[in-house]
Amino acid sequence: MAATAQPNVKNVWLGGVEPMKASYGKLMMWFFLVSDTFTFSALLVSYGLVRYSYPAYAGKVVDFVSSPTYWPIPEKVFDALPFLHGLHAPLVFVGIMTFILIFSSVTMVLAVEAGHRNDRATVEKYMLWTLLGGATFLGCQAWEWTHFIHGTEGGTVVKELVDGSWVSKTIFGANLTENQYGPPAFADFFFFITGFHGTHVFSGVVLNFLVFYRTATGTYERRGHYEMVEKVGLYWHFVDLVWVFVFTFFYLV
Amino acid sequence: MAHVHEHDVDENAGAEQRKAIWRTFWILLILTAVEFLIAFTLEAGPLKTAIFVGMTIVKAFYIVGEFMHLKHEVKSLIWAILIPCIFVVWLLIALMREGGSIFDLR
Repeated sequence: MAATAQPNVKNVWLGGVEPMKASYGKLMMWFFLVSDTFTFSALLVSYGLVRYSYPAYAGKVVDFVSSPTYWPIPEKVFDALPFLHGLHAPLVFVGIMTFILIFSSVTMVLAVEAGHRNDRATVEKYMLWTLLGGATFLGCQAWEWTHFIHGTEGGTVVKELVDGSWVSKTIFGANLTENQYGPPAFADFFFFITGFHGTHVFSGVVLNFLVFYRTATGTYERRGHYEMVEKVGLYWHFVDLVWVFVFTFFYLV
Repeated sequence: MAHVHEHDVDENAGAEQRKAIWRTFWILLILTAVEFLIAFTLEAGPLKTAIFVGMTIVKAFYIVGEFMHLKHEVKSLIWAILIPCIFVVWLLIALMREGGSIFDLR
């Protein structure tokens, strides 16, 4: 035998060693996540660039009115709650969404821990909780987008240059070219960043469902280990991690 | 049953880890709650931004270190993941300067 003590021969790659004491799948998942970090960083850093190229709102927070000439204050944009029309609840909904995602990360890591003990029933239970958290987050995001697209009752009056003369018009909500809350770029970044993150959450929910299904049908029990839960878990925590950054740089700062 | 595991089915197995998981959860929850408080109590400015960025990095440390288990991996893996992130810091500094410059020229 080789001098290196391998606790589990199955972990050895085809070259006969286990680089960085990680299995092939786990290491590749880590490298994928590093590349994904760059994609999300590029999106968030571009947001910073465009934000600083616009003037910030200079007045008092209470007197804030939306205008396409300066960058909006996020707490004045995201202040609505479902079923509570007209209530000013700044950042409450997005706070709830953050809590849901952190909690689903906790249930995911509990599933991974149960997998280490080959405790099939517990893995199933926590995978179900993680699925519930992911689906709830997606539902919340759908509502948030709908509200953002439809806009407020009053809308915002903007002046536009049409055929050489200034025309006043009222804009309701936001799309990729018009935005009642601020410069159109603000809405563009909202759609791209939360949309790209939401796509990741959706893929995560699909992967989590596959892991739940294969746990419930005993695939991993027959295989003898629950490493797949760990690999998909890495991805799910990464999605949570990205949201922590989106929450800070899009909603708080 | 045919499924006889060589693993111990001791109820207390992994109890330490589960405790660490819940501890991390409470840290993340409290940090988020404090961020929420600061958002409404502190005037906007460089100090507020610095506090938010600092707290976000602490949260990232706990998610990556504990939930993703990176803290307990071998050193070479930790550095292989962390060192490439220097490029993100570079991009951030470069593009923030660029944004300020566009603002001045507009």
